[in-house]
Amino acid sequence: MSEVVLELKNVETRYGQIYALRGINFQVKKGEIVALLGANGAGKSTTLKTISSLVPASAGQVLFMGQEITHEQPHSIVEMGVIHVPEGRMIFKELTVRENLELGSFTLKDNVERNRRMEKVFDKFPVLKERHKQMGGFLSGGEQQMLAIGRAMMTEPKVLMLDEPSMGLAPILVQTIMEIIRQINDEGTTVLLVEQNAKAALKMADRGYVLETGEIVMEGDASVLSQDESIVKAYLGE
Amino acid sequence: MTFWEIFLQQLFNGLLIGSFYGLVAIGYSMVYGIIKLLNFAHADIYMSGAFVGLITLSLFANTFVGNAWLGIVLSLLISMLLVGMLGVLIQRVAYRPMLKAPRLSILITALAVSMLLYNTVMLLTQGQYKPFRTGLTHDSFFVGPLRLTETRVVLLVAAIALMIILHLFITRTMYGKAMRAISLDRDTCQLMGINVFQIVAITFFVGSALAAAAGIMAGVYYGTVHFYMGFLIGLKAFTSAVIGGIGIIPGAMLGGLLLGLLESFSTQIPFVGTVWKDVFSFVFLILFLLFRPTGILGRAESERM
Repeated sequence: MSEVVLELKNVETRYGQIYALRGINFQVKKGEIVALLGANGAGKSTTLKTISSLVPASAGQVLFMGQEITHEQPHSIVEMGVIHVPEGRMIFKELTVRENLELGSFTLKDNVERNRRMEKVFDKFPVLKERHKQMGGFLSGGEQQMLAIGRAMMTEPKVLMLDEPSMGLAPILVQTIMEIIRQINDEGTTVLLVEQNAKAALKMADRGYVLETGEIVMEGDASVLSQDESIVKAYLGE
Repeated sequence: MTFWEIFLQQLFNGLLIGSFYGLVAIGYSMVYGIIKLLNFAHADIYMSGAFVGLITLSLFANTFVGNAWLGIVLSLLISMLLVGMLGVLIQRVAYRPMLKAPRLSILITALAVSMLLYNTVMLLTQGQYKPFRTGLTHDSFFVGPLRLTETRVVLLVAAIALMIILHLFITRTMYGKAMRAISLDRDTCQLMGINVFQIVAITFFVGSALAAAAGIMAGVYYGTVHFYMGFLIGLKAFTSAVIGGIGIIPGAMLGGLLLGLLESFSTQIPFVGTVWKDVFSFVFLILFLLFRPTGILGRAESERM
């Protein structure tokens, strides 16, 4: 039994009067890749935003390594080791690639360590090294996604949460990005992955949860979910 | 005087006045960049800086007899620190609670802070002009055709040095980079572990400290300070920030220098007296708003209020 790193207990989140999450429960265990699936508007992104505290939960608890983080400030949650790569990559387009990566390690005071981590990111993404002086906005979509993941890795997180990393990318790039995520996971980082591309997500995930209008309607091992007829119908586009 | 003598003289004057504008404009621009607020109180922070400088300077008046510059530099640094803290305090008490409120509310708050500051100083000084005694000599000397005083040279050098230090701060330090990043995308900054409130506070500190420096320099330059001294320079600095591209720090410096030069050279236009120089500044602003509203360094943005 490996330990639970991230746990949501009856979490509700509202935008004004509208419920985006209606009391969801799930766990992510150490070393896992967990996929969060669902259609547009099901509450996948809201789940990540609630964990990272960008949007406060209106009820329920978020626990990280058994400690409640529901009402922590977003920056404290990053310092604890939970990092959220938002939908649409959200890199700083008017800052250089290097500056983007440096900001990823903002919480770090040690410049030597910062450079060591940057070299590690450059090893993983050689293209970022080649283009480190360019503005982030000049990168292609795939490169921007690499920068967003690289920037997140600068914090050396315990949990990496990715929101639609494959969005808008060509199939070959989706494969590359998924391969990178698997590598990062192999190196010991727990991954919580939000995807519309359920096929790609379930291929590498250990377990999955399916969200529908703010509720978890199905959960299980990825291999089981990918065989499930209703999922195949709803999200795998068969 | 020959053409070149006049030209060089006006160039120097323009750069000096422009650097005051630039130092104040930086504060407008930084705060706008980071929380999208036109900080009306900024001009009064500049004025408060001049008065804090006056007080600290009078404290040192007898300590550094014979070396006036040492006293001024010390009083400048202490005043920058104090007024920087005043800026942080204003931000914490007046603006931070309003950050989530509609944009107009925080704008009105800024007006209130402005009134509070200048009325306080007006009461304390009974609306009098106060002499800004520095103990500096005003002997002039010539460099080629250029007539200068020691004071004016040192002021220009100091203003430019402050701008260079600021530039290094925003391009080389993590805090400076975070500042630029927040003005681009605040939510994502939070996801990088950046404490946005902390960076906003630092922004207010830096902007207010620079305004204080400009206020003291203006005191040294004109030899007198007054509770209403911030009004016109506030407008000019705001104009500079808009011309340079509001929210862009190098733009504020550039806009300030440009406006200073424009004013200084406009005094040389035949049949137009120096009283018209403000008209030139604001016509320049209107032209910019009409034809290049994003300013010199600004880029068109889809969402901007």
